[in-house]
Amino acid sequence: MIETDALVHAYGDRRALDGVTFEVRPREIFGLLGPNGGGKTTLFRILSTLLKPSGGRARVLGHDTVAEAAAVRRGIGVVFQSPSLDRKLTAFENLYYQAQIHGFTFRETKARAREMLARVGLAERAGDVVEKLSGGMRRRVELAKGMLHRPKLLLLDEPSTGLDPGGRRDLWTYLASVRDADGVTSLVTTHLMEEAERCDRVLILDRGRVVALGAPAELVAQVGGDVLTLDARDPEALAAEVRQRMGLDASVVEGRVRIEQPSGHELIPKLVQAFPGRIDAVRLGRPTLEDVFIRKTGHRFWSEEEGGGGGR
Amino acid sequence: MSLRAAYALLERELLRFFRQPNRIVGAIGQPVIFWVLLGAAFKGSFKAPGVEETYGQFFLPGVAVMITLFTAIFSTISVIEDRREGFLQGVLVAPVGRSSLVLGKILGGTVLAVLQATLFLLLAPTVGIGLSATALLGAVGVLGLIAFGLTGLGFSIAWRMDSTQGFHAIMSVFLLPLWLLSGSVFPASGAHPALAFVLRLNPLSYGVAALRHALGMGGATPGPLVCLAVSLLFALAMFGLAMRLAARPAKGDLQ
Repeated sequence: MIETDALVHAYGDRRALDGVTFEVRPREIFGLLGPNGGGKTTLFRILSTLLKPSGGRARVLGHDTVAEAAAVRRGIGVVFQSPSLDRKLTAFENLYYQAQIHGFTFRETKARAREMLARVGLAERAGDVVEKLSGGMRRRVELAKGMLHRPKLLLLDEPSTGLDPGGRRDLWTYLASVRDADGVTSLVTTHLMEEAERCDRVLILDRGRVVALGAPAELVAQVGGDVLTLDARDPEALAAEVRQRMGLDASVVEGRVRIEQPSGHELIPKLVQAFPGRIDAVRLGRPTLEDVFIRKTGHRFWSEEEGGGGGR
Repeated sequence: MSLRAAYALLERELLRFFRQPNRIVGAIGQPVIFWVLLGAAFKGSFKAPGVEETYGQFFLPGVAVMITLFTAIFSTISVIEDRREGFLQGVLVAPVGRSSLVLGKILGGTVLAVLQATLFLLLAPTVGIGLSATALLGAVGVLGLIAFGLTGLGFSIAWRMDSTQGFHAIMSVFLLPLWLLSGSVFPASGAHPALAFVLRLNPLSYGVAALRHALGMGGATPGPLVCLAVSLLFALAMFGLAMRLAARPAKGDLQ
């Protein structure tokens, strides 16, 4: 559905994408995970034909995103991170005009707009001006707008922005249902680990480079065992001693000592006894995609709070 | 170019307009106030060589053109709003050329401008200008040409702007003077030769003159054919400019 070959994009001196190669297969929900500023949105814009890459190529549905942009646009449905609805129009009118722009006949248009509103559970709000809908409802109208012309491939940029937990769940259920019922492939960008874990496959992007690519379970399995995180006043010294005295692969990530270890729980008493008074807190966790990210990049994923803007 | 897409965008313009009644007041209210006040103010003192009209009569076509200009401005400001609110990006990833967008937007502005200016012209009999059906039809045609040109011009200005404030600045220093110096407010015949020369260079002067011809009013030079030809050229040139600008990506295409 999507193939890219060494995609590069530079904003001035800064390389937002630095040689990104990957492939999205038919009928999968493909996640594009990365911190804000990692290159997700740039990649998203190239795939949706809004941006020409500075180097490399991307093919979407078998068409080049630059040379055959019109053919790409016919086959994709796009849901932007920022709203694309006309707030002065009703939900129905927004879909109605979108369908017209996509070349539906007048009769088809109305039926299709109604059908899509019903599918996202907004049939009763069809006549409400978008301004008056809640944030979550607006996102649902956006989704309906993106799906209106029955695209084979959906591109969604941070689709859960502004959705409450229930709305997020509905969104993922919906993506899975169109994948299973209509064979629709979705590419979803996200900076949320929980979301990425629901994808069939994930590409982790950091500083414009591919950090990892695979099914979430596979990626997590690479980390192996458990992850122990230790709070300490002098993490560097503690990590060095753990390496030396216990022969473990301890590293310091963002001020905490981190150890990957099968059967991590057995290690906790040993550590506490070996370093009396030097460990303030111990956390034992199953590895997550965040651990995959940390292992591959050596730094933490941005916290969610920092990611609010996401303009780039 | 997809005509259906252009038509959908045009219809949306109209719907948006009628849903915001303050826009109707803005585009038609101020010009009417100008007309009534200035008409009363210059009632006794207005004299110019070769003009036999009261100021209220003379100013009438100028006010119609002002309404056209204001509507064109308000319609094209929505390009900036569409960009900022994100609606534009949705159109840009649709499989229609940008020319559809340009045509829809400009035609939308044109229809609204002609509608409002024509409504205003219906007041002509109150100052003693008779309106025959042919005069009104001719005036509608001329207003259509003027509106198409001015909306095209507004679109070209608005396309690359990222704030409506910027547009207001351009409006004050460029668009309003364009109207002031078009023979709308004062006739060329009584003006300083330098001003009269500027009036002759201003394409909008020919639109105003064409409107005077259509309404059967005197004192308009040059002849109707020249006026129509210049107005048509101006409209086409502005449309071409808008198409060219829109075809190139602007940095604000992305949110």
